[in-house]
Amino acid sequence: MSEFILELKNASRYFGPVIALKDINMQIKLGEVHCLLGDNGAGKSTLIKILAGVHPPSEGEFLLDGQPTGFKSPKDALDAGIATVYQDLALVNLMSVTRNFFMGREITKKWGPFTVFDLERANEIARKGLSEIGIDVRDPEHPIGTMSGGERQCLAIARAIHFGAKVLILDEPTAALGVKQSANVLKVVAKARARGLAVILITHNVHHAYPVADRFTLLNRGKSLGTWLKKDVSREEILEMMAGGQELADLEAELAEFNRIDTN
Amino acid sequence: MSTSLKTDEAAHAQSPDDERVRSVSLVKKLLTRPELGSISGALLVFAFFAIVAGDSGMFNADGILNWSTVSAQLGILAIGACLLMISGEFDLSIGSMIGFAGMMIAIPALYWGWPIWACILFAFSGAMSIGFLNGFIVVRTGLPSFIVSLAFLFILRGLTIALSILFTNKTIVSGVAEVAEGDIFAAAFGGEIGSSFFNWLATMGWIETYTDGSPIVSGIPMVIVWFLLLATIASFVLLRTPYGNWIFASGGDAKAAKNVGVPTDMVKISLFMFTAFCATVFAACQVFEFGSAAADRGLLKEFEAIIAVVIGGALLTGGYGSVVGACFGALIFGVVQMGIFFTGADSDWFRVFLGIMLLAAVLFNNFIRKRVTGSV
Repeated sequence: MSEFILELKNASRYFGPVIALKDINMQIKLGEVHCLLGDNGAGKSTLIKILAGVHPPSEGEFLLDGQPTGFKSPKDALDAGIATVYQDLALVNLMSVTRNFFMGREITKKWGPFTVFDLERANEIARKGLSEIGIDVRDPEHPIGTMSGGERQCLAIARAIHFGAKVLILDEPTAALGVKQSANVLKVVAKARARGLAVILITHNVHHAYPVADRFTLLNRGKSLGTWLKKDVSREEILEMMAGGQELADLEAELAEFNRIDTN
Repeated sequence: MSTSLKTDEAAHAQSPDDERVRSVSLVKKLLTRPELGSISGALLVFAFFAIVAGDSGMFNADGILNWSTVSAQLGILAIGACLLMISGEFDLSIGSMIGFAGMMIAIPALYWGWPIWACILFAFSGAMSIGFLNGFIVVRTGLPSFIVSLAFLFILRGLTIALSILFTNKTIVSGVAEVAEGDIFAAAFGGEIGSSFFNWLATMGWIETYTDGSPIVSGIPMVIVWFLLLATIASFVLLRTPYGNWIFASGGDAKAAKNVGVPTDMVKISLFMFTAFCATVFAACQVFEFGSAAADRGLLKEFEAIIAVVIGGALLTGGYGSVVGACFGALIFGVVQMGIFFTGADSDWFRVFLGIMLLAAVLFNNFIRKRVTGSV
């Protein structure tokens, strides 16, 4: 058993002439929330696609539990316990909580000579899985279309946890959510960590990431700026290091300039 | 720790509801059921004709048999169309498939001297292969099934007429009844069951008889048996099996379904094959009941089936619907069609009614979908 469940060593990914990622080093530890920060186009999506088995790295090493590995498909990654919750969540709004929870992985029982979808047990498991992460479902047979964005995000996470995820990759889980719902999702992230999962949280919102994250990796234009433990870095420093930090400072200076002209 | 957890749970149990969730009345809950519209519609239609045509013989034994046969015929098609529509696709070639499958039974039986079971097997495997091709083209090209199956509507109708002229020089092939006389496979589609029961009812004087003492209803046609059988199986599969869950998922959001490992292509192709199967059951029942096949059989049936499915509460866009609803949609269809005949009204009114019914059903379904997806 290696110290790290997932490890990238000098991993690069090219798409034709485009260098999407260059020499990325990253270590993912169980029981830790690893936050991946970067502005649009920094390479966050490519990096999670490497971890999720969508693209293999063009160069460099990809270690799973200390062993070199090469996922051929997202299914390989899933079988190894690496579950990715993309922004579209892979949920169907017209279907019930339970039917979504077990979509593609229905539990069955024997009913006479037939194999049937065990809806009673599925309802129970779905309800329990959600209540464990703090979401109370009134009626697991109710379509999820009426649930809030945060609840749906939590449903997708609960589903991944139930089906044996060891590493949970969350792609911008709070991007479209309000303040309160974001807080709920972040609570779920903390609960997943408490259960010993490794969580990779992708975001460009430092304020969401900072309270739950243990480690930060910053990406900028396809390169890693480095990885820091939370105790070694402040929220402002991270903001500063992200491309946005300098830009915002420039903006502030510019606005101050306007003000000066106005007062004159 | 454990005690604090327990009190936590107790607190949850005492206030299970979020303050933001309204308590919803039973009526409103029922409103989100897809089959509600068609069941209440069927009740309305029955009440209407009971008043208007109650004394016309529509609700005598032979009258009941009459509209239930018409409903069952359409119902068989609607069951296939329903599952396919829930999976997000259409098949406009069902009607042409009926004519084609009928010829696949009649021509080998009469002109090539094949035994009846071989003709039936030939028709089913032929039709289902075409269904496979239909589905394969749809999932591989990503073209709308509307276009692909519209193409097959014309291809199959054209082939039916051209091939029957090529092989028989006719477009109506009759005489199947003589060849199929006493054949058990033919009886499985064109026969009746429960004859002795109806004879017994007649001798007890509980149903009307002809002057020679034979009952006016000699048995339940096999088409009704097929309808009930297929409805039960399809509804069970849809609601109670993993495959049924995949049908909902494929139509609700094919991309999401694929991402979690649902074989959406396989689901869709198999349902195209199932609609072809249903069309062939319809065709076989017709051929063996009337003893003939005609190249123009099944004209416009694809639209009637889709109407029944939509009245039954399925969404045209997929992901939502009910086999039971579709069956009641077909029942409404049959009752109104025959009811108008029994009341003596001009049958043109049937089409007017049908159009209005379709429009009302779609508006109602739209409203339901908005409720379900939470956009109201």
